[in-house]
Amino acid sequence: MSHTLPSTDTPEVPDAARDALLHELSGILPPTSLITHAEELKPYECDGLTAYRQMPWLVALPENEAQVVAILRACHRHGVPVVARGAGTGLSGGATPVAGGVILSLAKLMHILAIDPQACTARVQPGVRNLAISEAAAPYGLYYAPDPSSQLACTIGGNVAENSGGVHCLKYGLTVHNILKLRIALIDGTVIEIGSDAFDSPGYDLLALLVGSEGMLAVVLEATVKLTPKPQAARVVMASFDDLTQAGNAVAEIIAAGIIPAGLEMMDKPATAAVEDFVHAGYDLSAEAILLAESDGTPEEVEEEIAAMQTVLEKAGARSLRVSQSEAERLTFWAGRKAAFPAVGRLTPDYLCMDGTIPRKHLAQVLTRIGELSERYGLSCANVFHAGDGNLHPLIMFDANVPDELERATAFGARILELSVDVGGTITGEHGVGIEKIGQMCVQFTPDELAAFHAVKAAFDPQGLLNPGKAVPTPRRCSEYRLTGTAR
Amino acid sequence: MSDLTQRFIERIQGATAPLCIRGGGSKDWYGNAPRGEVLETRGHAGIISHEPSELVITARCGTPLAEIEAALAEKGQCLPFEPPRFSAESTIGGVVAAGLSGPRRASAGALRDYLLGVKLLDGRGHELVFGGQVMKNVAGYDVARLMAGSLGTLGLLLEVSLKVMPLPAACATLQLPMPQAEALERLKRWAGQPLPIVASCWQDGVLTLRLSGARAAVEAAKEKVGAGDTAPESFWDDLRDQRLPFFAAETLWRLSLPPTTPPLDLPGEQLIEWRGGLRWLKSDAPAETIRAAAASAGGHATLWRAPDELKQRVGAFAPLPAPLMMLHKNLKAVFDPRGIFNPGRLYADL
Repeated sequence: MSHTLPSTDTPEVPDAARDALLHELSGILPPTSLITHAEELKPYECDGLTAYRQMPWLVALPENEAQVVAILRACHRHGVPVVARGAGTGLSGGATPVAGGVILSLAKLMHILAIDPQACTARVQPGVRNLAISEAAAPYGLYYAPDPSSQLACTIGGNVAENSGGVHCLKYGLTVHNILKLRIALIDGTVIEIGSDAFDSPGYDLLALLVGSEGMLAVVLEATVKLTPKPQAARVVMASFDDLTQAGNAVAEIIAAGIIPAGLEMMDKPATAAVEDFVHAGYDLSAEAILLAESDGTPEEVEEEIAAMQTVLEKAGARSLRVSQSEAERLTFWAGRKAAFPAVGRLTPDYLCMDGTIPRKHLAQVLTRIGELSERYGLSCANVFHAGDGNLHPLIMFDANVPDELERATAFGARILELSVDVGGTITGEHGVGIEKIGQMCVQFTPDELAAFHAVKAAFDPQGLLNPGKAVPTPRRCSEYRLTGTAR
Repeated sequence: MSDLTQRFIERIQGATAPLCIRGGGSKDWYGNAPRGEVLETRGHAGIISHEPSELVITARCGTPLAEIEAALAEKGQCLPFEPPRFSAESTIGGVVAAGLSGPRRASAGALRDYLLGVKLLDGRGHELVFGGQVMKNVAGYDVARLMAGSLGTLGLLLEVSLKVMPLPAACATLQLPMPQAEALERLKRWAGQPLPIVASCWQDGVLTLRLSGARAAVEAAKEKVGAGDTAPESFWDDLRDQRLPFFAAETLWRLSLPPTTPPLDLPGEQLIEWRGGLRWLKSDAPAETIRAAAASAGGHATLWRAPDELKQRVGAFAPLPAPLMMLHKNLKAVFDPRGIFNPGRLYADL
């Protein structure tokens, strides 16, 4: 299964320059850190967006900062594009290779350099896994708060590139709220520190610009992250609703009551069915929507908040309520939500995961419209929803081996993203644009805004060598998108 | 409510000399001296939307901060980053452009953490929108947050959208007498514990703590931090708006440091916030000495208030390393290629 990739508009590199670069890279890296054979390159041909594949020219696996810098310098000198890659779990094709380009895998830079329990910080290399930070901080009663569902595998470098979220963002923030300092390399090998161990730094907030820049501005060499004291207690309420609108209103009522739950998640009926079959968490299979609302803090605080949420949910028309009675039960309630993607993956050969964020008040309207689109395109769709922050993940099920199903799924997804923009939201809340949603960028942004993004990239990378062709569409591609509804 | 966008565009496109973007003028003294022809934004005012259950407020740049805080309070909400109010004239556009946060910053986060979106005019007079009104948005570079603290050097903010939060259910203020070193030690220890300490201030041998959150959590925490006298909640407003007598100084430095930095060996009187991360210093020590001490601790020193002559000589903000300044200049050229917005306010080269 494969799809034509968008062209990258990068200049052709003459063979002589390639030979020279390869020779230089062999001098920088041991043979085991340089992959050039097709068979070994294969695992790098895609990231979590498996529908799009492209073989890279080669993969470089540096083991230290000096090697990363030397590789960048060499590629820059020869004008060869570089795509940085962490664990390759991204869902938008941010790490999809560029034809003729180098994949810079940061997987071997996997050391936790320091944990400072008093400052509540950890300084880590980019290839350190998200969950590994929390594991290392656990003895001090601390953890790293952002928890994308891929947290077992995904790396902090990738999290920085995508500004990853998770199920606890409303209370604890996204990656951008939890990164204090980055050590970065520009494409020409210049090493810069941005941000600070202090609470702010002089000048522009480049840290905010770097986080979520999809590997297009710089390569992360080190990240200093904020650690959060582990709450003493956490409990979750599970509520079932007969009606999606009621469930959506219940979310608004909780917030209006002045409660910021640690997690507030919703699943629709198809999603609940898929996960119940997978994890047997005891979900209410006849409910149209299930809401999970978590409270954390001191035991007293949790009791107070759970009781308040129960009252609101009952008033909002919840058909039944269950409160976790033990830590094991709390984890069981969450298990299904966290396993939603693989659970849906079992039901269908392929699926596309959308990532629009909408003002919560439009939830019922958007879900109804998604239902209609599902019929129109003849494809099933399950919805999981970070209800607290309005981030919707419709999972479009299809079979790429059936002629035109990928095309239909892609078009269905495009319509959902356009719908998100129409109601005042965005095409991507936490997965990034990558190559997947590059066409819909033309819907969300004006030509002037897109030109500003291109200029921001050029401010860091004038030759356009870092992850070219991603995230920001060219004017030509937007004209094409407007004509055909597809940019691919 | 009034919309002056068209008039702003004409001013920008017709400008042949630098423009000084100015809201309420409550921070004219902040940063390097403003210069250029004043472009008043106060008339472009009004809250565009505030939907309490969406936790977002959107307002035009000239809207008074006081009006926004009153509208939020009416619905039991607030701006948790507590931007300082140096006068009643303070506008939300100026608040975002200055990027300053108040006493709760160490626990609640900074202004930039709550900035969801902006509509701005760039140096060509183009209207650009970045970010939006939703909590999570990773489409395109986060240009909205880049505007926080840019002191109007990148564009004229027309509208801003901010995440808001519920007012805490309960608050308590405790005062414990202790020397600086002990206060810093205790704050360090408490930082790693799940305690609802949302603000701290040490001055003149007294550590003042603010606890806030669920009633039960505040009560439980009172016991943990130790018995102390209670103090009125208005203390925090006086601190936030710098009305405490300490702040009446001709020369005042703001040192932003890693919070675990031990007591500084610098002459002069200090007031310490943000559990050690923010140290206000009244000192006549040479600027080089103060900047070097901040830098060697891993932070930076801003010349907050000073006679004009001193500010002109040493600059308000700590100098940037060359590669970092190059990126700043490149970004300035992206948004303001003619260099007409607030030149020199942040750095001489921008």
